[in-house]
Amino acid sequence: MSTPEATRQAPRVDVARNLAARERGGPGFVALLRTELLLALRRRADIANPLLFFVTVLALLPLGVGPEPALLARLAPGMIWVMALLATLLSQESLFRSDFEDGSLEQLTLAPQPLYFAVLAKVAVHWLVTGLPLAMLSPLLGLMLNLPPGGYICLLLSLLLGTASLSLIGAVGAALTVALRRPGLLLALIVMPLYVPVLIFGTGAVQAALDGYAYSVQLAILAALLAGAAALAPLAAAGAIRISTDS
Amino acid sequence: MEFQFDGLADFLAMNGHGPYVWAAYGITLLAMAGLIVQPLLARRQLRREFRREQRIHARRAGRRQPGRRAAEGALAE
Amino acid sequence: MAWQWFHRLGSPRWFYEKSSGWLPWLAGASLLLLAVGMAWGLGFAPQDAKQGNSYRIIYIHVPAAFLALAGYYLMAISGAIGLIWKMKLSFVVMRAAAPIGAALTFVALFTGAVWGKPTWGTYWVWDARITSMLILFLLYVGMIALSRAFSREQLADKACALLALVGTVNIPIIYKSVDWWFTLHQPATIKLTESSSIDPSMFYPLLTMIAGFYCFYAWALILQTRTLVLQREWRTQWASQLLGEGR
Repeated sequence: MSTPEATRQAPRVDVARNLAARERGGPGFVALLRTELLLALRRRADIANPLLFFVTVLALLPLGVGPEPALLARLAPGMIWVMALLATLLSQESLFRSDFEDGSLEQLTLAPQPLYFAVLAKVAVHWLVTGLPLAMLSPLLGLMLNLPPGGYICLLLSLLLGTASLSLIGAVGAALTVALRRPGLLLALIVMPLYVPVLIFGTGAVQAALDGYAYSVQLAILAALLAGAAALAPLAAAGAIRISTDS
Repeated sequence: MEFQFDGLADFLAMNGHGPYVWAAYGITLLAMAGLIVQPLLARRQLRREFRREQRIHARRAGRRQPGRRAAEGALAE
Repeated sequence: MAWQWFHRLGSPRWFYEKSSGWLPWLAGASLLLLAVGMAWGLGFAPQDAKQGNSYRIIYIHVPAAFLALAGYYLMAISGAIGLIWKMKLSFVVMRAAAPIGAALTFVALFTGAVWGKPTWGTYWVWDARITSMLILFLLYVGMIALSRAFSREQLADKACALLALVGTVNIPIIYKSVDWWFTLHQPATIKLTESSSIDPSMFYPLLTMIAGFYCFYAWALILQTRTLVLQREWRTQWASQLLGEGR
């Protein structure tokens, strides 16, 4: 954020470089992924905010319902999942925003490589800087909310798989609303119903683990949802980007 | 097939389930009526707006030169 | 020129002029069917052995729920037609279908809640079907919110069509997952899904009501579409001529 010029210039240069690499037959997707990751890592505040949101809201939970350990343990899986969902959603508003404003999103639509891979690279980076840290942080929050010991591994695994699907699905909403000035609540409104299956199977997996059952089925379904989302969501998001940039 | 109730009062009471049944039917009919009335009202509003705009146009056109009016018309298209 | 009718169907003007002839028939059919069905269902169908008279709500609940779901598919299909063949009219139909679908979903939810009170002693249970209906309602609401957010109608049309398509892909997954979620948490005392065969004396009025609701849906959709067409085209010559004549 301290050097807005630098961050704004970078994508254009890299797009040009990618194009050159493409013409040489180089790996466009990997190059794009690296560029995006570099850009994301430069904006530290944007990485920290969803995590801080996640921790803060969950710290408020005992203040709202009381500190009784049994009650907190009962609520923990669901609350951690819902809050991870919200943190992912809130961070997604800016997924395409700066690229849209400086015009590099439009350049991507004109690039010879399919927009699908550009979107996939962006979403992958979004997951790497939000979903992955959120999942890593979840055991700590589980500890604070008195989650019983059987649930930790499952919570971590389900969040790893689930947040990736959430990032993919949310990207469609972010692409649809990128042309709007203040999409915040609208984005939540259109994306949240689509999050339902992921939430159900994510919390279902943790609940099964806590009850002492095998939870591989739920994880398999989460993985299937992820596979489906990875195949379809970037397509839809690419379509939405074409609609939003077409003026 | 015959009427299942003894008179109107019995029909309205529905063995104690009256309020529920009538509330459900009432809201449904209200919503359906709204779906029909709303577009009709919107169209009436549009017509009124259209008339007003036409009056304004007619008044302006009376004051202006004919050549300029043609140019305005082309712009409005 | 076998496709000529198809392209003519896409012309708002052609539709506006043709549909004025359909309206009286649709209005008459839907009012007649609804009146007969309601009188039959309310007064003449026999009482249910278990639920008493409260079951009579089924005659509006089931058709409304039916059309609420069918309406979403209609909306998505017309949106897809608009995206693929760039047909103006089908976008208008899509936009017109959203408020009607939302209203019918609300009716289904409301009648379900009111039916639940005398039958299970509570207005709201998180039953699989009710929850799915609620999510369908949220999908409709998100759609309407998105359509209102854009200042350019063309952009709104395309964005909504894409969102409707994404929702269509998601609906079966949402339904399945909510179903699974419900079997997991099903309270032992409440059994809502009884697949017992329904007696013909109760079934025929239901069929009449479903037919009536279909006619009503077509009537409302055409009325709404006509109004939207007029709102969009009122600066064109044919529309201003119509408006001037007071038709």
